[in-house]
Amino acid sequence: MKRAFPILAALSLMFLAYASYQALVVAPTDALQGEVYRIIYYHVPSAWTAFLLFFINFIASVQYLAEAKPSTRSAARWVAIGVGVVGAVAAFVVPLPAGVRPSAIATTALAIPAFYFFIGRYFPAEKLDVLAVTAAEVGVVFCTIVLVTGPIWARPIWGIWWAPGDIRLTSTLVLWLIYVSYLVLRRFSNSAQTQTLAAALAVFGALDVPLVYFSIWFFRTQHPQPVIGGGGSMDPRMLDVLLLSWMAFLFFAFLICWARYRLELMQRQVEEAAALESLMDDSTVSGKAVYGRTGS
Amino acid sequence: MNSFWAVTVATLAKDIRLEWRSKDALNSMLFFSLLVVVIFSFSFDPLAEESRHIVGGLIWVAFLFAAVVALNQTWARELRSQVLDAYRVSPAPANALFVAKALGNFIFVSILEALMTPLFVIFYNLRVLGPAWQLIPIAALGTWALVVNGTFFAAMSLRTRNREIMLPLLLFPISIPAVLGMVAGTTAVLTGDNPAHFYIVLLLTYDVVFTTACLALFGTILHAE
Repeated sequence: MKRAFPILAALSLMFLAYASYQALVVAPTDALQGEVYRIIYYHVPSAWTAFLLFFINFIASVQYLAEAKPSTRSAARWVAIGVGVVGAVAAFVVPLPAGVRPSAIATTALAIPAFYFFIGRYFPAEKLDVLAVTAAEVGVVFCTIVLVTGPIWARPIWGIWWAPGDIRLTSTLVLWLIYVSYLVLRRFSNSAQTQTLAAALAVFGALDVPLVYFSIWFFRTQHPQPVIGGGGSMDPRMLDVLLLSWMAFLFFAFLICWARYRLELMQRQVEEAAALESLMDDSTVSGKAVYGRTGS
Repeated sequence: MNSFWAVTVATLAKDIRLEWRSKDALNSMLFFSLLVVVIFSFSFDPLAEESRHIVGGLIWVAFLFAAVVALNQTWARELRSQVLDAYRVSPAPANALFVAKALGNFIFVSILEALMTPLFVIFYNLRVLGPAWQLIPIAALGTWALVVNGTFFAAMSLRTRNREIMLPLLLFPISIPAVLGMVAGTTAVLTGDNPAHFYIVLLLTYDVVFTTACLALFGTILHAE
């Protein structure tokens, strides 16, 4: 970590700078919107990154709750597989609203078991909660970027900062609110049950978002159609820059998550060591030895 | 299953008896929502036509805030003399306790609504233009949506510092679709502009999804160590 982090940070900075150069200079100017549209290269990658991180938080939280008992563990695995298969089949069978591609729905459905098993493979039960809190914190930061850059773009293009009742705006805002309340819960509760409470809240939040989407479904949306998986269209050169920008954002997000993950792990080890030390009168476990082991 | 309902009925009867004797939750909710009505009627001075459009929002905001007052007291009363710990070690099913508490809150908030709705009608000179009977399913489903999640999050916020503040912070973001359904549904019935069926289906879906989630996770929350 100590050696790799500065190198990766420098790489990430270069990558972001290159993506910004591509976005601000190389990418062609939009015929209708002019230069204002270039904010898309920050807005959309942040949104994708935030949604991905919230998705990881949800999967890690479900897994954390499921790992508590062996019976729920195997049941949750089958549910994850079931959701993936049923979702992927249903995407092609059930008629979808106009502008939604079946392949996009099917990919999302299949991502659930894929992430479930990937996270289960690489994160043991006691680290799932660390992953969940990391993903939620970094996700909130990226979601905030989305909510700030959106109105900056909307003001000159729509003439208003915010379109109340719009499906995408409202559901992103509610998602942000839910995850802020998730972080507030973690902040206000530092007992041993915090992890279970937070995981339960994450599950409630994940159930809530489709309902928010459904509830404002029949209001018309002002938001542009999604460029991937939706009905929108985009110049291939613009799309290339957008994807490049997303890669840069993902790399950056991964780096922050990694640092935050390590920090949280260390913090817990220090807390554990401190608790252990206070239990033992004659400290056989010296603080220094424990810090030395974790700090490498 | 019999023991489940036996525990539910016993707990519910105990809560209703306690409330009947003290009237803590009901009195504080009633006075609180009365204050909200009065303050709203000072803040907005609407004509009859305008009030039909805004009162759906006002009435549900008042009930939402008032419900939090009752919900906060749900579990606090069990903390005295470690009653909740006794529940935890007893073989009684955790969900029976949850269902009893949620039903109790449903009854208290419904009484509040029945008493406060006439006041709203008087203060805002309301006359319903749509099919008025639809307000009953909207109110029942909407109230259940508030109390089922509220009871769950109240149990959750017991474990936190400043639990009284924690409950609305957790409950309100999750309740947004339900509040939207209640407000838009009530407005649709009051104005008679568009049918309210969509909102009733929305509230029903919300209730089914979150009742299931609450029942699935309540045991974990209650026994969390």
